[in-house]
Amino acid sequence: MNEVFGQSAFFGIGLSLTAYWFGCFLHKKTKLTIVNPMLVSMILIVAILLVAKIPYEVYDYGAHYISFFLTPATICFALPLYRQMQVLRKNVVAILAGVLCGCIAHALVLIGILTLAKVDHTLAVSLLSKSVTLAIASGLTEELGGSSVVIVIGVMVAGLTGAILGPGLLKLFRIREPEAQGLAIGTCSHALGTSKTYDMGEIQMATSSLAIVIAGLLTVLIAPLAAKLL
Amino acid sequence: MKYIFQFAIISGITFVAEVLNILLPFPVPASIYGMVILFLLLCLKVIRPEQIQDAADFLLGIMPIFFISANVGLMKCFDVMDGATFGILFAASFVSTIVTLAVTALVSQAIIRIYRRRGKHE
Repeated sequence: MNEVFGQSAFFGIGLSLTAYWFGCFLHKKTKLTIVNPMLVSMILIVAILLVAKIPYEVYDYGAHYISFFLTPATICFALPLYRQMQVLRKNVVAILAGVLCGCIAHALVLIGILTLAKVDHTLAVSLLSKSVTLAIASGLTEELGGSSVVIVIGVMVAGLTGAILGPGLLKLFRIREPEAQGLAIGTCSHALGTSKTYDMGEIQMATSSLAIVIAGLLTVLIAPLAAKLL
Repeated sequence: MKYIFQFAIISGITFVAEVLNILLPFPVPASIYGMVILFLLLCLKVIRPEQIQDAADFLLGIMPIFFISANVGLMKCFDVMDGATFGILFAASFVSTIVTLAVTALVSQAIIRIYRRRGKHE
């Protein structure tokens, strides 16, 4: 059966779209934050693959075609960035200081937890760049001598946490300024979190995508320093 | 027709971005090069927002779908590590993400409000 499924790319594509649609449907019915389409689709697909004993490669043969659109979609964030330029210009200090403090806090918390848990050095340095977009994170991890598997876990967990819990956490911390909301999501959970800001508003989209770029740059500078402290 | 033209522009920029990513020696992903190129083209008025707006809105609106395959890929990590290691790495990633979100949000919100208050007094 796997050989047959592996021949058609539309197995992976169809399964991904159906699972995501089902997630949206459940979210609409239950109106619960935790019933997030991204989370539902992921659990559903993993469950189906495990139960039917279909290897990830067979699924990904088709599903990775959908990921092709990730780069052009991310590029399109330039549009809200351009439209909200006035807002960005007005808040330069808040943007730079917010993202910088976030990146530093990220490194310090990781150093604290990983040192306390006595995590192996190779594994530990692999998490230092996890809040930035995967392409930057994997290059950086390679330079720091980390593990390429661990960085994927870190980047995905960071992204999903921000995308699923982000809006709820912002409410909990009483963050009402749209600029601050976007900056926080972009800094902690890169493009995956930023994809969620489409539902929040254009200012959030603009600040979140700007935060991806700034956090990416800062992490390239901060991660090697943090690696020395581990 | 409208969509074809819009997607053609976006594809063209993506192509240039990927070429830059291959040719230049920096660890900068193609998506960041592309974002900068599109932003500059918009600022220089080479491209007007209306010329890409519909396609861009469509792509941004369905963007979470493009991550599904990578999300499902997490299942593969159990082949190379045990549950306890995964648990620690998961917890460290989860907690640090929330702290980063909180710190960034609180610092930037505080500064935005300080500036606004100062603006009112002047």
